[in-house]
Amino acid sequence: MAGQIRGSARPNRWLRNLNAKIASIPMILTALVIFLGGTVWTVVYSFTNSKLLPRLTFVGFDQYERLWAAPRWLMSIQNLAVYGFFSLIFSLVIGFVLAALMDQKIRFENTFRTIMLYPFALSFIVTGLVWQWLLNPQYGIQSVVRALGWTSFSFDPLYNADIVIYGILIAALWQGTGLVMCLMLAGLRGIDEDIWKASRIDGIPMWKTYVFVIIPMMRGVFITTLVIIASGIVKVYDLVVAQTSGGPGIASEVPAKYVYDYMFLAQNLGQGFAASTMMLVTVAIIIVPWAYLEFGGGRKRG
Amino acid sequence: MIAATDAVPARVTSGPRGRKPRRRLSRRNIIVYGTLIVVALYYLLPLYVMIMTSLKGMPEIRVGNTFAPPLEITFEPWVKAWAEACTGLNCDGLSRGFWNSVRITVPSTIISIAIASINGYALANWRFKGADLFFTILIVGAFIPYQVMIYPIVIVLREIGVYGTLTGLVIVHTIFGMPILTLLFRNYFAGLPEELFKAARVDGAGFWTIYLKIMLPMSLPIFVVAMILQVTGIWNDFLFGVVFTRPEYYPMTVQLNNIVNSVQGVKEYNVNMAATILTGLVPLTIYFISGRLFVRGIAAGAVKG
Repeated sequence: MAGQIRGSARPNRWLRNLNAKIASIPMILTALVIFLGGTVWTVVYSFTNSKLLPRLTFVGFDQYERLWAAPRWLMSIQNLAVYGFFSLIFSLVIGFVLAALMDQKIRFENTFRTIMLYPFALSFIVTGLVWQWLLNPQYGIQSVVRALGWTSFSFDPLYNADIVIYGILIAALWQGTGLVMCLMLAGLRGIDEDIWKASRIDGIPMWKTYVFVIIPMMRGVFITTLVIIASGIVKVYDLVVAQTSGGPGIASEVPAKYVYDYMFLAQNLGQGFAASTMMLVTVAIIIVPWAYLEFGGGRKRG
Repeated sequence: MIAATDAVPARVTSGPRGRKPRRRLSRRNIIVYGTLIVVALYYLLPLYVMIMTSLKGMPEIRVGNTFAPPLEITFEPWVKAWAEACTGLNCDGLSRGFWNSVRITVPSTIISIAIASINGYALANWRFKGADLFFTILIVGAFIPYQVMIYPIVIVLREIGVYGTLTGLVIVHTIFGMPILTLLFRNYFAGLPEELFKAARVDGAGFWTIYLKIMLPMSLPIFVVAMILQVTGIWNDFLFGVVFTRPEYYPMTVQLNNIVNSVQGVKEYNVNMAATILTGLVPLTIYFISGRLFVRGIAAGAVKG
């Protein structure tokens, strides 16, 4: 059917593989209209003074100036930076250590893996609400420890503006480290057994083998994991909504929430577009160097 | 305990044989298992507390002892969470959100997998000029924060008249499932032996015949993986549900958040926890049933890019 020559000696190039092209229409539309078109649209409109409805009255960088002068946005960025930094470090370290422990030919490996990964099946809303309950000073961990005798024990991150972002971090790590552990475990399993034998013969201690041999060998896995965690960090939204709704005050605001609130609640579209464009820039900063490392340097796709 | 049987004395003449005997209670084992058990307890604690809280009555919760099992088990909170809890004006519990989520998840999963598998098949076996460009845009698009594309999608959906409906949300989930799923299927189909495809072509089979008669039957595992990925992903979605639907069509996650974080009235923690478990039940069930496949699904989804 597709690509058959009909009459003319040179088939029309548009009709070659016609069925494949027809079948790819949804993908082409999505790629061009939504991913490319939508992104360009938002970036263009971020330079307008759109309020309730999108309008094409350009105002230059006004929206961005207002954005970077807004205390709430600065708070969001600061939170994202703190959350992102610790989330990356802890996810990678905890994930790797757990994977290394799981790789010691232990018994009940499946049971342990099941336990560590089940939170990942749960939504951020569910995760957030559970931890909201556990971190509730009146009923949660604080009250339990106090009931045991430490009456001055204080652990109420969600109600303390200074540390609220760490309360969110705890829940995020609970939800996500299982995934990192799984990826790392897959990476460890991919390493040749002979490497271990060789290092044992040379009498190199185990931790040294991990740090100086295994981890450098797992570079690919680490980079993939890093990109996954990082692009998840920029998007963090549900968890904050469920745990604190951005409070106390504006202490746990994040950029994704800023965007939503300005687009759909405050009806200040221009601000929303500018803020989401900043999110896009953040992701680009993460992705571009990675894409360059992975696909650049001579190896061209297509 | 069993250590003695392991250390069978080796014959000196022939040298030691078999595996090196290992003591079960070595220092190393204690550290490894000890750490793993402590970690496992940390992961299990929230689930435990959720279940315990949901089975208690409010008077017992006010006493404290959150970690203690209920003195008197009651299923009242579960009934209330499912059928009576209020969100906004409606007081019919999570049941409405549950059925909305089902009506969103089932078609979204089927449509997105159908489209993505055909896309992947076309990309792997019927490469046409420019296909790689679209595919690259799609994959790069997967990294773009949803917030950047939300408003244009609102406009598109409004233009075609499905904004605020379940249909609109199904379209959105299909769109955002496309990058990862297409990648998944493309890689899978590319890995199948090429001779099969060539032989079928020689026999005169066309695009759809090969897809339906050869590719589909050979790819059950990847379809199951894609299904797990989509069902859990769509069921757990919050942002799209809140942006693209009206309150009567809110999925379960949105409704749950509204129930628990509503400011009016006395907070009924037991009902809240029962509602939370109910919302997590579908993905948890999938996770526990599919086990290994779920891990594979995550790994497959994780290689995006």
